[in-house]
Order: sequence, then C-alpha cells, then structure tokens
Amino acid sequence: MSLTERAPLHARPSAVAAAAQRPTITAWLEFDNPAAWIVAVILLIMPLIANGFFLIEIFGTTLILGIIALSLMFLAGYGGMVSLMQLSVAGFAGYMYAVFGTSGSANISLGWPWWLATPMALALATMFGTLGGALAVRTEGIYTIMITLAIGAAFFYFTNQNWAIFNGHTGINTIATPHFWGIDWRADIPFYYVTLAVAAICYFAVLYLSRAPFGLALQGVRDNPRRMAALGFNVNAHRVAAYACAALIAALAGILQVWNYRQISPGSVAVERAIDILIIAVVGGITRPVGPFVGAFIFVMLRTFALDFLVRLGLDGNRFRLLIGIGFLVIVFWSSDGLVGLWERWRRSGAAGTGSDGDRRHG
Amino acid sequence: MFDGRPEGRVRGRAARVTRFIERHPAWALIVLIAIALLLWLIFTVWPVGLEDAIGKKKVFLNAIFNGITLGGLYFLVASGFTLIFGLMRNVNLAHGSLYLFGGYVGYGVSAETGSWILSFVIAFVAVALVGVVLQIVVFRRMEGQDLRQTMVTIGLSIVFADLMLWAFGGDFYQIQTPNWLIGPIELPFVTAVKSSGDAVYLQYPLVRLVIFAASVVIGAVMWLALNRTRVGMIVRAGVDDRDILAATGVRIQIVFVLVFALGAGLAGIAGVVGGTFQSISPGEDTRFLLASLVVVIVGGMGSIPGAALGALIIGLAEQLGSVYIPTYAIVVTFLIMVLVLALRPQGLLARR
Repeated sequence: MSLTERAPLHARPSAVAAAAQRPTITAWLEFDNPAAWIVAVILLIMPLIANGFFLIEIFGTTLILGIIALSLMFLAGYGGMVSLMQLSVAGFAGYMYAVFGTSGSANISLGWPWWLATPMALALATMFGTLGGALAVRTEGIYTIMITLAIGAAFFYFTNQNWAIFNGHTGINTIATPHFWGIDWRADIPFYYVTLAVAAICYFAVLYLSRAPFGLALQGVRDNPRRMAALGFNVNAHRVAAYACAALIAALAGILQVWNYRQISPGSVAVERAIDILIIAVVGGITRPVGPFVGAFIFVMLRTFALDFLVRLGLDGNRFRLLIGIGFLVIVFWSSDGLVGLWERWRRSGAAGTGSDGDRRHG
Repeated sequence: MFDGRPEGRVRGRAARVTRFIERHPAWALIVLIAIALLLWLIFTVWPVGLEDAIGKKKVFLNAIFNGITLGGLYFLVASGFTLIFGLMRNVNLAHGSLYLFGGYVGYGVSAETGSWILSFVIAFVAVALVGVVLQIVVFRRMEGQDLRQTMVTIGLSIVFADLMLWAFGGDFYQIQTPNWLIGPIELPFVTAVKSSGDAVYLQYPLVRLVIFAASVVIGAVMWLALNRTRVGMIVRAGVDDRDILAATGVRIQIVFVLVFALGAGLAGIAGVVGGTFQSISPGEDTRFLLASLVVVIVGGMGSIPGAALGALIIGLAEQLGSVYIPTYAIVVTFLIMVLVLALRPQGLLARR
C-alpha cells in the first residue's frame, strides 16, 4: 500500500520534496555517501581520539540527548505531532530503572538485577508514553503541544512532591549500573559504545520506519488525516502507534541517561529540560532523523563551552540560556527545517541543483 | 460563550442546561449530588465522626477558601491566555513570563511608591505594552502559522526568563500588602462549636477575599465587554471567522493588538496578585503557564466562562489535594484534565 503516488496531492512542500527525492534513494542505507561513512568511522574510533571527558560529557551526552530528540523528531516530522513529553518518558524510564534496580535508597529500590529492571522500565515507560499519546490524540494540531507540555509539567511536579516512589526533590542516587562478562559497562569506553550502538539502532530504525508502510501511512496522516480516514486508515491508531514507537526510543535514552549519571532527580525531568529537547530537535532540523543529533551536538557544545566563550568576549558567562533562546528564535524565524535544512539548501545552491542528496551526522 | 443572538441568550442558556439534564441524566445527578454534598460540608457543624475521619472543619473550610481564591488568580492568568488563543489561534507559551514580569514590575512600583493600587495600574500598562510590541513585531509576521508562533513563544519564554533572572536574580520577592488589607476577618461560617455552646467562626485573610472579589469583577466586566459592546462583538466575530470579519472592513490588526494587550495586561495584573498572595521568583512562570494550560484545557480553549469554571475546579482540586493527599496532589489536577480530555476533548464549556 504505497502512498507515494497519492500523497503529493495535498502534501506539504517538504513532503513533495521528499517524494521527489525518493526515486534517487534506492536503499534506505546511504552507502554511496562518503560524508556519512567518514562520520561513522570517526564515531567508531572516537575513544582513540577523545579522552574521558570529551567521550562521555560531549559525545555520550550528545548521543543520549540526540536519541530523545530523535523520538520527538519522529513524532513531529512524520506524524506532525509536536510532543513535549518525550523527556518525561525518558525520565520515567530512568526512574523506573532506579526503582526496580539497585540504588542508594534501599527503601524504594526493589533491587532487581539490571537485566530484569531494564526491560521492565522500558515497558512501563513505553506504556506511559503510549497512554500520554492516546490522551494527546484526543485533540488535534496545536493542542498536542499544550497537552504534552501539561503532562510533562505534571510529571515534574509529581516527582517533586511524591516521596513514596520518586523520593521527592532529592531523587534517587547511586544507582547500580550493569556489570557482566567481566566488563564494567559504565566505564567510559564500553559505555560510549553502548550509547553509540543504541543511537545507531534508533537512528536506522527511524529511517527504516519512515519508509515502511507504517511510516508512509503516518506521513499521510500528517498531511491529510481526513483523506487517510476516507481511504480506510485508522488515523488515531496510527498516531498512538507513533507515540508508542517514540516512547520506546525515548525510554532507551532514559535508561542510558540514568546509567550515565547514576542518579535521577526531578531536575532531570524539569520543564526547561523538556523544552531543551524541542530546541535540540528544531535547531538540528525536524524533517530528517539526522537533525536531532546535529542539534544535540551543538546544544552540548554550547552548554559546555558557552561559559568560557562568553567570559572571553567580556560578557556575563551565566547567560547561556539567553544564547540558546536567541539561537532558537533565529532558527525558527529563518529556517523551518533547522540547520540540516540550511545546510542542504546551501549545498543545493552550491551544486546548482544537481540534486545530490547529502546526509550529515554530527562532527 | 461566543454565540450570537443576544436576545435569546438567557433563554438559550437555560434551555442548554435543561437539554444537558435530559441528555445526561446520570451526569447531572452526580454533579447535583456533589454540589449538595459540598454545600452541606460547608454549612453544617460537622458531626464528631466526620471530624475523626477527615480532620477539622477549619482545615477543610480553609482549603475551600484557598482553592476558590487561588481559582480567582488562575482565572486572571488563564483568561488572558484563552482570549489570545480564541482570537488569534496563538498558543502563547510565554504567558507565564508575562505573569512573572508583571509581578516584578508590581514589586518594583510598590517598593518605590508604597502604593499597592498603583502597582496594578503600572504592571497592567507595562505588560500590555510588551504584548503590543510582541504582536506588532513578531506575531503579525507569522499569522496563521500556529506551530511556528508557538515555537516563537517558547523561544521568547526562555529569553524572558533569562533576562528576568539577570535583572532580578534568583531571590523571592513579596509585594507588601497595604495596611488596610492586612489581617483576618471573621466570616459567617461556623467551623466548630465550643463546649460552652458558642459558635467559632472562620477567620480568613481579608486581602485574599478582596482580590477574589476583584477577579470576579474583572471577569464580569470582561464578559459584559465581550457580549454587550461593539468592540466585544467584533472580537467575538473574529473568534468565529477572522477572514470574513476582515472582509467586512474591520481593521482586524488593531483588534488583534488590543486583544493581545488586554490578555498580556491581565497576566501582568495576575503577577501583582500572585506577588501579594504568594511570592515572585524564577520558576513561577512555568508554574502559572502550566496552571493556565490545564485551566483552559479543562474549561475549553477560547471560552472566558470556561476559564472561570476551569480555574475554580483546578484551584479547588489543588488546595484540597494538597491538604488531604499531599504527596499525590498534582495527580488530582492531572486526573481532572485526563477525565475532561477523555469525555469531552474540546473542554467543558467550549462550543466545538
């Protein structure tokens, strides 16, 4: 049930462009793109280049934030649903891992081994995201953003005031991380590879889904829900299923995040953090799966180095969020598909419309 | 609320209530019983068994009053939000920032001049001006692009939050309550009966009651202005169909600017109220943004009576929840939202 022939009738320009490009992309893995290969190799040999701080604080964090933003990109780019609760789903997964696994708060944690706690946390977080999605699809369009923001904010306040499960504003500390086959998986290099593998799986899964029948139907639902309903597709079921997929992706990132920091507190699911995820996805580009990773890289670099940079310019180093906010506004004003879109437009004008399809991961 | 036919409105409203009772007898009964139970709880002297079960009546009455007055504050914030959305389809997620800005301005004015009333006027004007600038400089350029507007408001809220943190720091500010409003007054609600047979009456802070009365007055004036004046008629027509209204020759951009100014100004007033009730600090913007989101989702987007009802429900739920189930209070608020979305996704009092 390919929809590519029918979709352009009412499609948005981006979808038309994507449909126009589709014949040139025969395989969904872009084997013929040298830039993608270079980035992949650099990412693989990163531990040789970067030390622990850069490896985890920059690249590991980038990948984790990128995965969360990827789940938002999947919903927003293919489903047209801008969900602000993806970070809450990730945070919920982290909390559930802490609750079912082992941590310093012995009265809360159940002490399950990691291989039981992780699937449990993933399943519960996916359920949480799906239920939230089922709630959000009750209304349409711009309401989605409000309802998901309300869910995210409610979750934040709930973790803050609930002591029985979430341990209030102190959160849960010294969470045990997996340790098997003689390897400490929280050590810098193994953890980096785990993160990289999860990120790659999520990235290719989204890429695959976007071209599978489900993804095409979802894009049809985004462009014209009434027409899709008339064609016999269950519009709401597609949307809820998209929320479920996105929730699983976000939950994976949430588990990685809790492994990384070994603690989780309401601060990790605060509303500002949830909005950061939106910023990452939008700045990177919300129309392609690579966008969130580009956005996450820029965000992490700014967050880490803006202080020094601003001080060097003779400005107040604490104005990092101002910088982020203004950067976000600039992107929203001038490029609806983020930096990836800008980059592509620039390449296309440079190549005088040869239509070469560039794909860039961060770097 | 934005329906036409002024002459038949009162009758239409009564008919609508009747129709609701006819269509949903079970719901009508539940609502009726809940209201009756609430009134009974408020007006009787509680029997001993009840006090043993759920605590003192004084605590309960205080929670009810706090809830209602908090609802008044939520109404002030949410009515501006819903007004702006209703007319311009602009989900203004920077509304919390406007609230916070109003609070800071009000604090500055009252600390400088010592006049509480003046701080309301200046906060209204200052925040309304910010709203005018936003509408003219930013939102006019992207009319009809819902998502982009919302993204811009998110960006603005980040920028505003950081600018205010820069200017005012992370401290808590509380606006001084004027002398003539300080102190409790006695209300004719019996909280308990002493062993001597004397009734003990509820003591409640006067300032909260005055502010609640003021928010009721503001709501009523707004309702009258929308339903009984020419400008209000234009605004209602704009809510129904912007394009046709513009085609009839109304200068709709001016209406937009005015409504944005009014909505923002209300948020500014609410900021002063919040600064007097509670305090003003970074993070309050998010809290009140969430409150207005939930209030308008429950009440119905774009509806002023919906905002009033939603604010009352959420205010009560929050206060009663924090008294009786402190660690799950937010869940109550959230469950109300879920319930409304599940049963009536457009909100309790929205037309569509």
